[in-house]
Amino acid sequence: MAEIQLKSLAHCYDKQADEPLYAIREMNHVWQKGGAYALLGPSGCGKSTLLNIISGLLEPSDGEVLFDGVRVNDIPPQERNIAQVFQFPVVYDTMTVFDNLAFPLRNMGASKAKVQSKVGEIAEILDLTAVLNKKAANLSADEKQKVSMGRGLVRDDVSAILFDEPLTVIDPHLKWKLRRKLKQIHEQFNITMVYVTHDQLEASTFADKIAVMYNGQVVQFGTPRELFEQPNHTFVGYFIGSPGMNLMEVERCEQGVCFGPQQIALSPVEMAAVNASQSNNLKVGIRPEFVHVWDKPNGDAYQAEVLFVEDLGTYKILSLKLGEQVIKARLQEDQRVPQQHAYISFPEQWLMLYIDEYLVAKEDNHD
Amino acid sequence: MIKPYTNKAWYLVLPVFALVAFSAIIPLMTVVNYSIQDIFDANTRYFVGTEWYREILNDTRLHDSLVRQFIFSGSVLLIEIPLGILVALMMPARGPGSVVCLLVLALPLLVPLNVVGTIWQIFGRADIGLFGWALNSLGINYNYAANPMDAWFTVLLMDVWHWTSLVALLCYSGLRAIPDAYYQAARIDRASNWAVFRFIQLPKLKNVLLIGVLLRFMDSFMIYTEPFVLTGGGPGNSTTFLSQTLTKMAVGQFDIGPAGAFSIIYFLIILLVSWLFYTAMTHNDGK
Repeated sequence: MAEIQLKSLAHCYDKQADEPLYAIREMNHVWQKGGAYALLGPSGCGKSTLLNIISGLLEPSDGEVLFDGVRVNDIPPQERNIAQVFQFPVVYDTMTVFDNLAFPLRNMGASKAKVQSKVGEIAEILDLTAVLNKKAANLSADEKQKVSMGRGLVRDDVSAILFDEPLTVIDPHLKWKLRRKLKQIHEQFNITMVYVTHDQLEASTFADKIAVMYNGQVVQFGTPRELFEQPNHTFVGYFIGSPGMNLMEVERCEQGVCFGPQQIALSPVEMAAVNASQSNNLKVGIRPEFVHVWDKPNGDAYQAEVLFVEDLGTYKILSLKLGEQVIKARLQEDQRVPQQHAYISFPEQWLMLYIDEYLVAKEDNHD
Repeated sequence: MIKPYTNKAWYLVLPVFALVAFSAIIPLMTVVNYSIQDIFDANTRYFVGTEWYREILNDTRLHDSLVRQFIFSGSVLLIEIPLGILVALMMPARGPGSVVCLLVLALPLLVPLNVVGTIWQIFGRADIGLFGWALNSLGINYNYAANPMDAWFTVLLMDVWHWTSLVALLCYSGLRAIPDAYYQAARIDRASNWAVFRFIQLPKLKNVLLIGVLLRFMDSFMIYTEPFVLTGGGPGNSTTFLSQTLTKMAVGQFDIGPAGAFSIIYFLIILLVSWLFYTAMTHNDGK
């Protein structure tokens, strides 16, 4: 069990370049002991780079990696007490499953009895007992991935397991099973687990807390619910949820912000933030799930033009045109689909204000 | 739509069949034809059955060169395969160094066979050849034209110089195809360098090594030009391999019948040994 701390960490693959391009921009982050975390982000956002820095396969160009407060920058991966599971299952083809699982133990010089008992125990947990004597080359992809996971679990000294999109090559119906297995292992061993993925569903089913990475930085670290309800960055709003958050560019006006003729009221704290900021990059965002849709005029609801409806089985997504802006709204199964015109309103509590892409809190939070 | 089934597809195979027939089957059958007849001229020939085969199988010249041939091919494989792997392992994976290495390795493969023979014939001479002169200056009495051991040594060295590159290039391409994740997983598993080689690199190289072993076996078993130019099969018969014995028989003495039988046996030996190598190296697949 270990706490992993990243201190002013940054990484650039080619520092000698005229304009160094940073794959990881300076960040501070802590992965608590024994937590199950996901690192979520689009391809190329730096999440694999970050994982390789934690495991020690890559040395960061700036900053520090601390395990339980001890700097490990200069410690090679084999001495870091971590295990890593890669995108494509890595097994030693010519060995049997037993030898594969025993390999890390034998490399450490463990006794024969210890190897026997430990491999037996892990094989039991991973449902590999039946194939222990099979050549690893002849396993199916999900069995191979379990073997590569097992090689991390057999070692007593492993305090963190890092997963780099481990379910990429697994059949969809087995993904679910393997994900549950992971969860189960986490509960049983209480090992710190960091799981890299670009799939929000995978991230939210596996992890207690998700770090969303964008452009080489963690833009939000929170529970799946926090990411959904309070996206800290426009990217989180857009990336999490299906479809993503509606984001509208707005301008300053008397009582708050406006887009076109529509005015949006702001809370006093938000108003103060808008007035204090010099930036003209103002956006408001609302999740399609929170947009209210009526088919008749209703109070202060805006009239919008219905563009089209996508039926996704259990629910429908309505695309509407409000001024120049396209807004998506999620309709419930039994809700009537408005024709031509619809009236929409944005509940204040779900309307988020972003200045320079970052969320402005509705009220002062002093805690 | 219902498509009628016809056998017209066979016509499409005909050109290939004709090509293969002219390039392989007909010439081979001609040899079979020679091997079972005694031919004097266009109108005089006698069917002799297996007589030539029996004669050839009891021919001590053939026995001697067959033994020499196996020793030669065995040595070639034992030296070139491990050496090729070693060279490939030591080559830089990327950067300008790798390009230079690839170019240098490719060079020997581009030299025509008789030129290779000529190069080593001169290179090994004690009077004007750098290699022969250097050895003799060091006090080693080296003369490939007079001493059978020296002749063998030179022929082997020549083959290693000429063909190790091929094995090295094959292995190099095989090594580059191994994903980085394997090496990274091995590091995390605390594998030693030897274990990385034994359990990752060697198994992943199996397919290219199979090609390498088969090519090197077949080529070395059929070797003709290089020893012919270098030693002419001498001193005595010490470096006379199968193909040279066969050529002497067919072209020198014009014994077409026995030479035909010899060719068939020669061909079958290569086929058999190649099959053995192939089976031995692949019998574990899929189990």
